[in-house]
Amino acid sequence: MNINNIKKQFPIFNNKVQNNDLVYLDSANSSQKPQVVVDRIYDFYTKEFSNVGRSVHYLAVAATNLYENTRVLVQKYINAKDPNEIVFTKGATEAINLVANTFGQKFLEEGDEILLTELEHHSNYVPWHYLRKSKGVKIKFAEFNSDGEVTLESIEKNITPKTKIIAITHLSNVTGAILPIKEITRLAHSKNIPVLVDGCQGAPHLKLDMQDIGCDFYAISCHKMYGPTGLGILYAKKKWLEVLPPYQGGGGMIREVKKEGITFGDLPNKYEAGTMATAQVIAFGESIKFLNKIGIENIENHENELTKYGEEILRKNNSVKLIGSPKDKGSVLSFTLDGVHAHDIATILDEDGVAIRAGHHCCQILHDKLGLSATARASLGVYNTKDDLDKLNESLNKCKKIFEG
Amino acid sequence: MDLKDLYQEIILDHGKNPRNLKKSDNFNKDAKGHNPLCGDKVHIYLKVDENNKISDIAFEGSGCAISMASASIMTDLMKEKKEVEVKELVDDFLEMIKQNPELKSKILGENEKTKLMSLSGVKKYPMRVKCATMAWHTLTAAMKNAKEDTNTDKFE
Repeated sequence: MNINNIKKQFPIFNNKVQNNDLVYLDSANSSQKPQVVVDRIYDFYTKEFSNVGRSVHYLAVAATNLYENTRVLVQKYINAKDPNEIVFTKGATEAINLVANTFGQKFLEEGDEILLTELEHHSNYVPWHYLRKSKGVKIKFAEFNSDGEVTLESIEKNITPKTKIIAITHLSNVTGAILPIKEITRLAHSKNIPVLVDGCQGAPHLKLDMQDIGCDFYAISCHKMYGPTGLGILYAKKKWLEVLPPYQGGGGMIREVKKEGITFGDLPNKYEAGTMATAQVIAFGESIKFLNKIGIENIENHENELTKYGEEILRKNNSVKLIGSPKDKGSVLSFTLDGVHAHDIATILDEDGVAIRAGHHCCQILHDKLGLSATARASLGVYNTKDDLDKLNESLNKCKKIFEG
Repeated sequence: MDLKDLYQEIILDHGKNPRNLKKSDNFNKDAKGHNPLCGDKVHIYLKVDENNKISDIAFEGSGCAISMASASIMTDLMKEKKEVEVKELVDDFLEMIKQNPELKSKILGENEKTKLMSLSGVKKYPMRVKCATMAWHTLTAAMKNAKEDTNTDKFE
């Protein structure tokens, strides 16, 4: 795999950012977009635009087919059993809200427990939090260990007869820990507990096989997967989508609407109320084709190699402390720099064109436990190179110089 | 843009060794502020005497060099200032950070002005303006003994 050719497919790298070559190390936040995805949005709006699923004219039928093609591409990409198990949402956040809301409504009662982990992004905690008030449920957090991992044992320890659903991240956006989601799912299913996986960080970097993992729900953020913003995917087993109530009401999701009552449409329309992010869905098909062309295994290998290299050079830098050292780790490097606050690091790095994230990364529970108000995070994508990590290290040394005087 | 404008000697000094960083023993007014974007926090303690004058001021908090330096410099300048002067200085500082090239207030001496102007570098860094202004908004809240946290999302 020639990585320079891949980088060339991303137009953002053709432009200077504040007179610098862009060193983009913020892909866990959002990835850059390949030209094919950008072009697809342009082409759809300029040559093919129409609303989907409603009208019978030529453009409407063509647009509907394109839209449904992406559903099938996604189904195959994550090896789901049925295309109707793929629901488009406005983001992974909405996908998790959809499950928390509908599952909570139908199955949860006062005193029931929801098991999360201390690694969760706010988007896999806040949606469940509402059920504390509305249903009187309890939320428990499986602890992470000193390496920043959540083990199967930590999950098992927190399961009680009251546990009604387990919602966990696939890959921590701070420590990079990859959770044993297949084993956790097996354990949970042996106790009849469904599992939701927050796949925001897992989906862009790891090979996915829903039938092998066996989880009940898997949430995907398309803009982190070289796709457009405003789009997420909820994978849910058909048996759940059939029994859960609709999430939002509106056009497109109904069968019959009478003054006396309403019947709802079949899957997947039941969960796709109103006009969806049509152009984004169609363009996301190109993101999947882009990933398929390179091969997710190749991407994984490339990113693993870079992560190891990044860890190596940052470990050599005595002022840097890496956050977490999980055995199974994704392409995230969170760290602190002695005597320099994460926001000052981010500003100084930015002057060199090095874009990282600084703050709590929407994981305040994790940061509170570590006693840190903020960390700096460099995260990788398919377009990154060792050179990018060298530039990161150089800029970190510049931070030290400024602060040490 | 030049990093030297942002990270001037005075800022680095106050950021590393913030003055008045302690919990005041005998305060009668206080307020907390935080920046949800980055998690920076500040808690300002005031002892305001019967003449509406700040006889003691201290702060606790954690954050970046800009926010710590800003709180440190501010607390130094506010000692022995009357309520009306505090208001004038806060407004003057916020206007300077927003748009004014200089501080207008005549309350401060030249040395004090220079010290405060060292924070003007953030003007070129829009994402960092709130780091510099958080303590000042929180001071206004502390003068009113505000119960609610001062949240930087609510600033203009």
